[in-house]
Amino acid sequence: MKSLRQTLNRIRAFFHKEPLDQDLDAEMAAHLSFAIEENVRRGMTPEEARRRALVRLGGLEQSKEQHRDARGIPALDVLVQDARYALRTLRKDRVFTAVAILILGLGIGANVTVFSVVNTILLRPLPFKDPPRLAWLSANHGKGDLSSVTFTVAAYQEFQRYNKSFEELTGYQTFFNSMSYKLTGRGEPQSVFGIEVAENFFPMLGVQPVVGRNFSRVECEKGGRPVALLSYPYWKRQFAASPSIVGQTIAINNQAVTVIGVLPESFDFGSVFSPGLKVDLYVPAVMDFWKTWGNTFAVVGRLKPGVTVAQAQAESNILFPRFLKAHPDWYEDYSPKITTLADFVSGKLRRSLIVLWCAVGLILLIVCVNLSNLLLARSAARTKEFAMRSALGAGRSRIIRQLLTECLILCFAGAALGVCMAFGATLYLAHQGSLALPLLSSIKVDGTALAWTVLIAVSAALICGLVPAFKVTSGNLQESLKDSGAGMSQGRKHEGLRGALVISEVALACVLLIGAGLLLRSFLRLLDVDLGFEPSHAAALKVDFDDGGNAGKRGAILHEILDRVSNLPGVEAAGIADMLPLDRNRSWDLQAKGRVYRPGELNGILVYVVTPGYFRAMGMRLQEGRDFSWSDAPLKDDNKAAKDEGVVVINQAAARFHWPGKDALGRLAIINGNDRRVIGILSDVRQSSVEEASSPQMYLPVTQASPEGADLVIRTQLPPDTLRSSVMATLRSMNPGQPAEQFRPIQQIVDHAISPRRFFVLLVSLFAALGLILASLGIYGVISYSVTRQTQEIGIRMALGASQGRVQMGVIGRTLGLSLAGIAAGTVASFGVVKLIRSLLFATAPTDPATFIAMILLLGVVALCAGYIPARRASRIDPIVALRTN
Amino acid sequence: MAQSRLDLLQGTLDLMVLQTLAALGSLHGYGIARRIEQVSGDQILLNQGTIYASLVRLQQRGWIAAEWGISDNNRKAKFYSITKNGRKQLAKDAAHWERLSNVMGRVMAMSRRG
Repeated sequence: MKSLRQTLNRIRAFFHKEPLDQDLDAEMAAHLSFAIEENVRRGMTPEEARRRALVRLGGLEQSKEQHRDARGIPALDVLVQDARYALRTLRKDRVFTAVAILILGLGIGANVTVFSVVNTILLRPLPFKDPPRLAWLSANHGKGDLSSVTFTVAAYQEFQRYNKSFEELTGYQTFFNSMSYKLTGRGEPQSVFGIEVAENFFPMLGVQPVVGRNFSRVECEKGGRPVALLSYPYWKRQFAASPSIVGQTIAINNQAVTVIGVLPESFDFGSVFSPGLKVDLYVPAVMDFWKTWGNTFAVVGRLKPGVTVAQAQAESNILFPRFLKAHPDWYEDYSPKITTLADFVSGKLRRSLIVLWCAVGLILLIVCVNLSNLLLARSAARTKEFAMRSALGAGRSRIIRQLLTECLILCFAGAALGVCMAFGATLYLAHQGSLALPLLSSIKVDGTALAWTVLIAVSAALICGLVPAFKVTSGNLQESLKDSGAGMSQGRKHEGLRGALVISEVALACVLLIGAGLLLRSFLRLLDVDLGFEPSHAAALKVDFDDGGNAGKRGAILHEILDRVSNLPGVEAAGIADMLPLDRNRSWDLQAKGRVYRPGELNGILVYVVTPGYFRAMGMRLQEGRDFSWSDAPLKDDNKAAKDEGVVVINQAAARFHWPGKDALGRLAIINGNDRRVIGILSDVRQSSVEEASSPQMYLPVTQASPEGADLVIRTQLPPDTLRSSVMATLRSMNPGQPAEQFRPIQQIVDHAISPRRFFVLLVSLFAALGLILASLGIYGVISYSVTRQTQEIGIRMALGASQGRVQMGVIGRTLGLSLAGIAAGTVASFGVVKLIRSLLFATAPTDPATFIAMILLLGVVALCAGYIPARRASRIDPIVALRTN
Repeated sequence: MAQSRLDLLQGTLDLMVLQTLAALGSLHGYGIARRIEQVSGDQILLNQGTIYASLVRLQQRGWIAAEWGISDNNRKAKFYSITKNGRKQLAKDAAHWERLSNVMGRVMAMSRRG
């Protein structure tokens, strides 16, 4: 209580210095006049009386100082004083200050940006209710394509009924592209992106509509009133954020659908479950409808309080095989791999992000070492100033405090600049829709990131301030004062330390460069991968058609579309497929007829339903056999095992797997119970990922299988957008309901698939370049400084006959020494570090000699260039001028 | 004479100031300093200036109050007086001091015998 009052009074006193000082002056004056009066009364002369009064007081200024110390917050006063002084000295040395703030800004900006990314993707909990209890279930032990890792409705419902680990299970329909939605009755038809979710999807995640309500039970049952929830961006874009849209009906696929609500802005389905996806509306998944389908359901669950993922996993390991026994019609037991939802969202990125984090950490370290070096050079020049200050009574701690204050001011100025850069960078990143990173849109510099900024600014100040501070104050005071400034010994003692700093800087840059080099090489290798198709000069556009489920009619419609589109000027080839490579996929079973498979040997293989000409339009290569033709007649019955024989094209991987050691062409396969003749073998196509080898695939003709939607692919040398109007006109003329669509360049799909790697490589390379620049700056600084300091010495040597070349070689030799030492240390360290990034490399050995050599050479050359400039200056020294300047 | 004067122990000046104000009522800084010097028989080595640090400390703790007024010889001066809280504190500190000096006396007596 007492001390609180005193503290408050002290704080108040700190801010009211002036009136309090005036008060104190008056009080002191009164004190002196009392004392003088008394002394005069005792018979002293006025002068003597005043002198004695001051002596008894113990000095006027000292008394006031004591009073002020007792009254206010002396530590803060010192800080303000130091800060003022620091600002003054920094203002005097503008170039130094600008360079220091700039490099700190770059270093801290990079750190805050990466921290914001890491924080959003890895550290911050998912934007749902009680996220740690949310779990992701990935069927088939999490292995395989989309069809393999999803569930049938039956499997989902069985697990829902019998499990004891989960409070609730929910899910969504993963083959969202299979259902195409178009909005009609509002201008020209528009395609909208819709997802079917289970009734309890939003309540379980804790997502409340901002307007309206969630789905009701009845709406999720067969025959229920069709309803939809809008996503926030779509509501704003299409309906101008008008709340009155709720309760109205809109026409989706020519059917009246009631809008029952709008989801909050914070809910972004794509950013969590499918990075890069923009969802417009959500409709209820009617289980009774999906029951007859295969594996289409993605399942998310909320664990009961206290139940761990491992316990849930153990339970499901027991339950699913039992389900299979109880349901002989199931193809598999769907045993899932259960992880936390956070792990599903960001688990794969964890290592990349941590590597990125380490890389910026290295950058900050290099920045600190660099600044330390600059400060050391500067403090060498300021030795006399400090000596003078200690001679005038400043304690060692006071001088160290002064230097650290300067560092803190620099670091906070750098941090301010860095935070501005980070704001810009995160804003830019948040709007990179083409980047397939989860939660990207919510990346921003938040409070945590600002706290992190303060933390790194303070640590940077300590790291780069302490070494010079102690170095400066450890010297002999008298020596420093005597030193005339132009003498030989001045600053030499700093030389060794500065050299060591530069060596460590080069070593750090070397580690960064080698790491970045390996990642870059991996990325280049990735770009070189034979995709099995030609992404350039091809583009795809979604086609809407109505065949009424009749394969013959479908063939006729698509045939006509392709005939017309192929005849448009500029179109070289055209074809249609239901799914594109690297986009989405599904799988069916294929067996070689007559072969007996071991249990578990058969996994579904990717299936694509395509038209004749599609292979040519995509640039896929037939190794053997023929393409489909329009005369591949429809099967009489799609479902029952009929005598009717269909055709199929498989890829090399499928041929190798099902007909090992034999020529697969012309053989019979059984697909969904139908016999199909293998009429062609296609080169392997990277279908689900650029990085993974192709898995077995099959292609069926549109006339003999039902496609899941349709993408028209055209090959053209023209920019696809120039063809859009003529293609759209053609499609509209055949089907007035064709929604407005844009061409999607195939290259864009490939870019999207490799965008996370591109993102990491770009950032790491950027940081490595920054490290390289900083290291060369460090070398330049040290060599340049030593040349300046040795001007006289060099002058004398030249006067005694040393040639220009010899002087130059001497300086370059020193540069070489420093950089070689750094490179050697860095290379050794790299061998350890590359082990950590091994799993991030693609087709590149962690000790790839070419990368090591290239990066070492790069660093060496840049270092030499940095040393060459001062070397040239040294060789130009005029001995007469150099000797005279003393 | 100067060498044999007593250095003040930390915190004792505050106690002396409180006691002086308690005994004599309202006083200005010079008056307090002179009073302490007189009572100590000029045995205390006191820089009068230090009294002002002590006064501001006591004032901030709420143990004394200050007010500008006019002195006997018609000069403007700042007068200090002890507050209710100050008297409580003085009682506490005085008791503490009493105990401490008793103990010190006993300890010193023992060492002489020993």
